[in-house]
Amino acid sequence: MEGEEETSAGAMIDEIYSNGGDAKRNRPIISGEALDIEAYASLYSGRTKITRLLFIADRCENRQMQMEAYRMAYDEIKKGENTQLYREVVQKIDGRLGPQYGLDVPWTEAVDRRAEQRKEKLENELNAYRTNLIKESIRMGYNDFGDFYYAHGLLADAFKNYVRTRDYCTTSKHIIHMCLNAILVSIEMGQFTHVTSYVSKAEQTPEAVDPVTVAKLRCAAGLAHLEAKKYKLAARKFLETGAELGNNYTEVIAPQDVATYGGLCALASFDRAELKNKVIDNLNFRNFLELVPEVRELIHDFYSSHYASCLDYLGNLKANLLLDIHLHDHVETLYDQIRHKALIQYTHPFVSVDLRMMANAFKTSVAGLEKELEALITDNQIQARIDSHNKILYARHADQRNATFQRVLQTGNEFDRDVRAMLLRANLLKHEYNHKASRKL
Amino acid sequence: MDTVEAVVTQIQGLSGGSGDVSLLHSLLKQADDLLHTESTRLAPFLDQLDPSIHSLGYLYLLEACTSTPILKEQANQLVVSIASFINNCAAEQIRLAPDKFVLLCKRLRDQVILLEAPMRGVAPMLTAVRKLQSSSELLTALHPEFLLLCLLAKCYKTGLRILEDDIFEVDQPRDFFLYCYYGGMICIGQKRFRKALELLHNVVTAPMSTVNAIAVEAYKKYVLVSLIHNGQFSATFPKYTSSVAQRNLKNFSQSYLDLANSYSSGKISEVEKSIQTNREKFEAGAYLKLVFLDKNLGLVKQVVSSMYKRNIQRLTQTYLTLSLQDIASTVQLNGPKEAEMHVLQMIQDGEIFATINQKDGMVSFQEDPEQYKTCEMIEHVDSSIQRIMALSKKVTAMDELLSYDPLYLAKAGRERQRFDFDDYDTVPQKFNI
Repeated sequence: MEGEEETSAGAMIDEIYSNGGDAKRNRPIISGEALDIEAYASLYSGRTKITRLLFIADRCENRQMQMEAYRMAYDEIKKGENTQLYREVVQKIDGRLGPQYGLDVPWTEAVDRRAEQRKEKLENELNAYRTNLIKESIRMGYNDFGDFYYAHGLLADAFKNYVRTRDYCTTSKHIIHMCLNAILVSIEMGQFTHVTSYVSKAEQTPEAVDPVTVAKLRCAAGLAHLEAKKYKLAARKFLETGAELGNNYTEVIAPQDVATYGGLCALASFDRAELKNKVIDNLNFRNFLELVPEVRELIHDFYSSHYASCLDYLGNLKANLLLDIHLHDHVETLYDQIRHKALIQYTHPFVSVDLRMMANAFKTSVAGLEKELEALITDNQIQARIDSHNKILYARHADQRNATFQRVLQTGNEFDRDVRAMLLRANLLKHEYNHKASRKL
Repeated sequence: MDTVEAVVTQIQGLSGGSGDVSLLHSLLKQADDLLHTESTRLAPFLDQLDPSIHSLGYLYLLEACTSTPILKEQANQLVVSIASFINNCAAEQIRLAPDKFVLLCKRLRDQVILLEAPMRGVAPMLTAVRKLQSSSELLTALHPEFLLLCLLAKCYKTGLRILEDDIFEVDQPRDFFLYCYYGGMICIGQKRFRKALELLHNVVTAPMSTVNAIAVEAYKKYVLVSLIHNGQFSATFPKYTSSVAQRNLKNFSQSYLDLANSYSSGKISEVEKSIQTNREKFEAGAYLKLVFLDKNLGLVKQVVSSMYKRNIQRLTQTYLTLSLQDIASTVQLNGPKEAEMHVLQMIQDGEIFATINQKDGMVSFQEDPEQYKTCEMIEHVDSSIQRIMALSKKVTAMDELLSYDPLYLAKAGRERQRFDFDDYDTVPQKFNI
């Protein structure tokens, strides 16, 4: 029996030191592949597909990928009616893709003419409905206008028209329809405050909402929080999204995105208990995580303290995440937060930690690690002190009794000083007032 | 009475009991002009009077005597005579004529400064202050004069003794401003930065209807001392500061606020840069009172050294041991030797607790050994409690006093809300103005 205990203890110690980084593990770490643009673009539909492709083309350094993205964007735009965007893309391509990707003037003219005609028709119809005062028709009229402007890329007008339908909505379905449209346009415009307000409006409707819509609204809310840098709230929203979302919201977000955003935000902002509860044990979210196995792996690695592999996964994903239209300016912050959490979690259970071993686990130099730890200690996130001579980190627990005495004496002094100053000031005021009063008399 | 001799006889006769003295006082007030016209003749009459018994009369005569412009040769004699009078006079008598006394002491101060021996005036002025005060909580017009002499004579310790008294009553706001300002400077000279901060804070936040130069200068020093003592400066004024001060004080001290901003960055290089650009402003200071030129450059240099100290102190929070080389590079010093000097100085001043191992070039930081278990600590806590209880009683007493002050009630009566007729009215009807 004792022999067994010893071997199991030995195995446990090995496990602590290994950090999941050596060849014993059979899951190879996938190296970050270059983004497969076609596969990526097929996840989305509508205007967001085009904007995402253009974003990738602008940010990406690989010429081939860039051209691929432009080509797909061009094709996609030609299917629609947005001539303004078309002209922009053609300018960016600059003839590099050959003659069939140049400016097709007849097409643009035809589209513009059609647009004018449609606009006139819509206006006449709307005026007719307005004179007839049929609520439902007016609502449809404004809606059609909104759709028209949206298709032509005039987002502000589209938004205005969608919002105007509010006065003519009679059932909750109408309201939800309006809210979803408004949310869509606001996300495209990048005005996420509107998104939040319309999500709450939609959620307040008295009738029960179908699960797909609920999932859509949660995603939209999550995106709004992400933009506002409220990572914890964003994570919660994404994690609550039901699996019914499926492919129903591809004009805004793909389920892979839900998994990625939700997973990363949760990792950066949740504490351990919440992470286990809401992410790892969350059966619903598991469906999403299956779509992005790398994110799933890195969350599990973090939870089981295999920091080296976790940080490896993160590093590999970084290049692709920087090409994501919603996540790109949050990548750095999220990564920093995750790294800090990893450092704090590593040191938490120990009384003393050898910095050399820790540097090994986090794949940095001892000096670099020392600097990072110093920042965390100054920020009061780790309660410890560094023995720089022997390169050891010692946990330090504040002496409550001494701290209390110190605080008491300090508060006493401050009270003393403030009351005396107050009495003086009162006295000065009294004299000033008496002086004024005696002058008046 | 029409002759000086008659006045002198009266003085000699009526300096007995308190009733006589008040009669004498009124007589002297009437005779004041006479004395002033005869001022050149008065010197021999002074010898007929004894300053300790005939203090009031002596005061009037001496004051009249010194009211004429003094020649330089006479200055010395004058200083001696005024000083001896102050030492010998009876406190109750001179308190009847405080203005005259103050005037006399101011003349003493002028002469002493003219003779360029401010030290000679320090002791007499201290006695004068003590005699004029009816209680140690009262601020007299002599306090700032005394502090000024201490500053000029550089005997700060004497000045500190006066500053230890808590002041609660003030006659003239101007005295108060000067008192706090000079007091702040004395405390800075003695490196008692906490008290200096308190005094300067009182000047800056005192009620004032117009900005005065004293407040402006005090504000500049306040910024610097706040950086030295607290390591930071908050540019927002507390709520009780007068609106005049809040609006105007910052306009005059922009260079100091820039220095505070660069200090908060934590980098020595930025602070040095800020000082270089604003060097003339710091040197110019203010020309306040007589020959006293008020420079802030020395204080600015102290700000810089305090920055090093603060950076080293921050290191004690994160490290248990650290090499001198690392300290030097983190705090931006020139080398391990300089770091060792700084750390040594701080250990001697009791600002950090550490030991230097010269063999390894390592410094190990320790915790504050204060355990709060000794008798002295218990006494300290106990006396603090007593002190605060006394303060609270004072506040309650003041509140009571104010609640039956007619002027206050009149103003409160006018401004209170009118409720229902049946409501309990805290202010009696007769104050319904």
